[in-house]
Amino acid sequence: MTRSVIELTATPEDHRIARLAAAAIGLSLIDAAIPLPLPGVKPGLANIVTLIVLARYGWGTAAWVSALRVFAGGLLLGYFLSPGFFMSLTGAVASLAALGLAVRLPRRWFGPVSWSILAAFAHIGGQLLLARAWLIPHNGVFLLVPFFAAAALAFGIINGLIAARLLAELPAADPEPPHA
Amino acid sequence: MSWRAHLRPGDWLVAALGLAVCAAAFPLAWQAGVAEKAVIRRGGEAFAELDLSRNRRIEVPGPLGTTVVAVDQRRVRVVSDPGPRQYCVRQGWLARPGEIAICAPNQVSVQVQGGKSAYDSLSY
Repeated sequence: MTRSVIELTATPEDHRIARLAAAAIGLSLIDAAIPLPLPGVKPGLANIVTLIVLARYGWGTAAWVSALRVFAGGLLLGYFLSPGFFMSLTGAVASLAALGLAVRLPRRWFGPVSWSILAAFAHIGGQLLLARAWLIPHNGVFLLVPFFAAAALAFGIINGLIAARLLAELPAADPEPPHA
Repeated sequence: MSWRAHLRPGDWLVAALGLAVCAAAFPLAWQAGVAEKAVIRRGGEAFAELDLSRNRRIEVPGPLGTTVVAVDQRRVRVVSDPGPRQYCVRQGWLARPGEIAICAPNQVSVQVQGGKSAYDSLSY
C-alpha cells in the first residue's frame, strides 16, 4: 500500500476567511449566552463581522464567513441539523441576499447601518416564513411579527453602528496574513 | 468620535422606513379585531350565533348526542361532547377571532368571530 499524501494549500484568502469566521463564531457563542425574553430574538452580534467583511472584502467573502459561522456555530452549540440550525441557515441566506442588494446602494448615502437594518429585517422575514411553513404551521406565528420587527430594527441599528465604528477605527489596509 | 457621525443620510431614511414597518406591523398582526360573537355550526350549517358579551349555555344536538357550549366573560368553550377523543373540550377557552374548536364526531364546531372575518387558510 502506498501512502498518499493529500496536501491542501491554503491561500491568503483562505486564511483571512478562517480568521474572520473564527471571530464571527466567537461572537455567536456570546450571542447564545445572552438571555432574552422571546425565543428567536437575538442581538446577532456575529453580523458585525459579516458587515465589516462585506465592506472590506466584498460579498463573496462575507458569504463564506457567514456560512462557516452558521455551520461551526451549529456544531459548537449542539444544534447542528436541528430545527434551530435550519432557522439560522435560512436567516443567514436571507440576510446575505439582502446584503447583496444593499451594497449596491450608493455608499455616499447608505452605510453599514443601512445594510445592517435591511439584513436584520430580511433575516427575521426568512425565519418567519420558514417557521410558518415548517415548524409552526399556523398563522399565529405572525402575531409575533411586531416584536420581531422592533428587535430587528433595534439590533440592526446597534450592530450597524458598531460595524461602522470599527470600520472607521481599524486600519483600512489589509494586513497580509502570515503564511503557514 | 460620536456615534452619530457613522450615520449617513440614507441610514436615517432606512431607519425611518424600519420604524414605519414596525408601526405598521402592530395593527396588521392584530387586524382581526376584537372577538364579538361565537358561531356554532352543526353538520356544516350555522346552528346559532352567540353574542360573547352575554354569558350563555347552549345545547347542540348532533348524531352522537348533545354537545354543550358555554360563553363566559367574552370567551367560549365546549363544555362537554359525546365524541371519543374530546379534542374540542380539551382545547379550552377560545377568546381570539378566528379560533375554532371542532367536535368532528358530533359534527359540531364553535368559532370565534370578530368585526371583520379575516381569511383563514386553516378552516377553509
